[in-house]
Amino acid sequence: MTRHRLFWPAAALVALLLGNVAVSPRFFAIEIRDGHLYGNVIDILRNGAPLILVAVGMTLVVATRGIDLSVGAVVAVSGGMACVQLGSTSVVLAVAMALGLCLVLGAWNGWLVAGLKIQPIVATLILMVAGRGLAQLITGGQIVTVSSAPFLAIAGGYLLTLPLSFLIAMAVFALTSLVVRRTALGLLLESVGGNPEASRLSGLRSGRLIWLCYVFSALCAGIAGLIISSNVTGADGNNAGLWMELDAILAVVIGGTQLTGGRFSLGGTVIGALLIQTLTTTVYALGIPSQETLLFKAVVVTAVCLVQSPAFRAKLVRRRRRPEPPASLPAPEKKVEVAS
Amino acid sequence: MTALAVRLRSYRPQRRYLPVLAAFALLVGAYGFGAARYPAFGSGQVVLDIFIDHAFLLVVAVGATFVILTGGIDLSVGSVAALSTMASADLLQHKGWPAYAVIPLVLAMGAILGFAMGLVIHYFEIQPFIVTLAGMFLARGLCYTISTESIAIDNGTYTAMAQTPIPLGGTLHVSPSVVIALVVVAIAGYVLHFSRFGRTVYAVGGGERSALLMGLAVARTKVAVYTISGLCSALGGVLMAFYTLSADPLGGVGMELDAIAAVVIGGTILTGGSGYVLGTVLGVLVLGIIQTLITFDGTLSSWWTRIVIGVLLFVFIALQRLIARRSR
Repeated sequence: MTRHRLFWPAAALVALLLGNVAVSPRFFAIEIRDGHLYGNVIDILRNGAPLILVAVGMTLVVATRGIDLSVGAVVAVSGGMACVQLGSTSVVLAVAMALGLCLVLGAWNGWLVAGLKIQPIVATLILMVAGRGLAQLITGGQIVTVSSAPFLAIAGGYLLTLPLSFLIAMAVFALTSLVVRRTALGLLLESVGGNPEASRLSGLRSGRLIWLCYVFSALCAGIAGLIISSNVTGADGNNAGLWMELDAILAVVIGGTQLTGGRFSLGGTVIGALLIQTLTTTVYALGIPSQETLLFKAVVVTAVCLVQSPAFRAKLVRRRRRPEPPASLPAPEKKVEVAS
Repeated sequence: MTALAVRLRSYRPQRRYLPVLAAFALLVGAYGFGAARYPAFGSGQVVLDIFIDHAFLLVVAVGATFVILTGGIDLSVGSVAALSTMASADLLQHKGWPAYAVIPLVLAMGAILGFAMGLVIHYFEIQPFIVTLAGMFLARGLCYTISTESIAIDNGTYTAMAQTPIPLGGTLHVSPSVVIALVVVAIAGYVLHFSRFGRTVYAVGGGERSALLMGLAVARTKVAVYTISGLCSALGGVLMAFYTLSADPLGGVGMELDAIAAVVIGGTILTGGSGYVLGTVLGVLVLGIIQTLITFDGTLSSWWTRIVIGVLLFVFIALQRLIARRSR
């Protein structure tokens, strides 16, 4: 059972939740108020929705060996666009325009990576730098506030007693899982991530697939941007989605998707995102200054990456003092094998 | 066949210098444009002011150049610089330490942090991106544990460093920080381009496995570049404290991007193995001159800076792709 790829992330999440219960026994308490569910756990689901969305998009990008650093900036652009447009048009049109712009930004990222074959980290760095400027340009450098009831319902609304934002995130997750796992798309993605060149030679249009992943990632970030700006009833070009790309990558890595591409796990990503959100909530619940969440995240990132690192595991298990020579070199000491 | 090879070889050096030359041309062009439009822009002090305003970024970017030349990346530089200003301010203002004890201590702190990240990156084979991201969180979190408010610095040595102008004849002057930054550039230039360590840095960036097979000290070099980057970030933080005479836990947010952008615009290739310290200096100056142009214009909002930097990043990365494709 410990071999299952979701075991460790899920165990960490459960341990964190149990730790919370040990500190405050009423942590799991859920009550119904005005026909909606309330409680810490529901808050985690509600506030975790944007991160789940961004991380789901990021998972597919990471699966193709890529990385999308621009998601935080796209969150800001999407929120800014929607809030500015709400002043003059209907909610549906404003949302459509915001998401449309995100598709364009995603297409740009995808073109740089798949078309111009620029390293993903560099290609998306461009939009990461320029995107916040773009968001400021759209909002005129102001924090644009909105009061449109339908728009505010995106983050504040409830459906079937559950927060609407969480349901949106789950819907995107379910649709993505369905498309990726019930069609050959997931297999093709893993093939492209495993070896882009071999996939291309075997007749896969890997370029177009990679391009699609970046478009999808930007779309997810766009929806997350709508939820975030709906939640704070406004758009802040500077702070909306700040450092979100890092949280999303963290969620993907915690969820067991290797940054080197190939295999990916959408379910693991959702668990990873929930773990990060629970960690944030825990820090608040413990009364630790919120800024120190960063310290906890640093520890978690390091721990998770060390556990996942084959080199670290090898060193831990074999208790070797010296660094292992790379696999391509002949191993000088073969006796160690016997010892282990 | 051989004639073609010879011709290609004779063309290669020029091509290698092309990104640096492009950055230089851009710098001269932007300066000429500014000087033509605004009479005050042409005065030499504007150029010196760019050095004064960006001395700390220059030092940080030089450190980042080492890391990027090995094909790595360091996202922690902005946070480490902020941590270094916060620690300095706290020790000076609240603990009453003297400046000559504080500065070596924060420099050592930055170097140790970089050293630790280098060890994890090399020995546990975790991507530099992730490890330095953890370092970024750690340093930023430590900033907040020191204080969530900004701290003003009124230490004698610091105010002296901030306010003593070094005259350069006429009305021109620079700050002591500029001198420190230029010394760092000179040392980095010597180390990278004329020392055995520098050659190993390029070799590791060109191909780690081949460098290893050549018997070069890959492990030592990789750990060393992150240590250098940590040290440079901490020094950048000290210069930032000189410049602002205060420390802010949110200081230096986004500096890692400015540093990476400066390095890339300066012609260093992010996959490693090719680039010059001089290019990084030009990259920082290009960023500085764009900011100055936008300030002089007055009608453009400051967030145009981010967009222009983004566009420049794209142009230079595309240029590098083009050069790489041609020389293949």
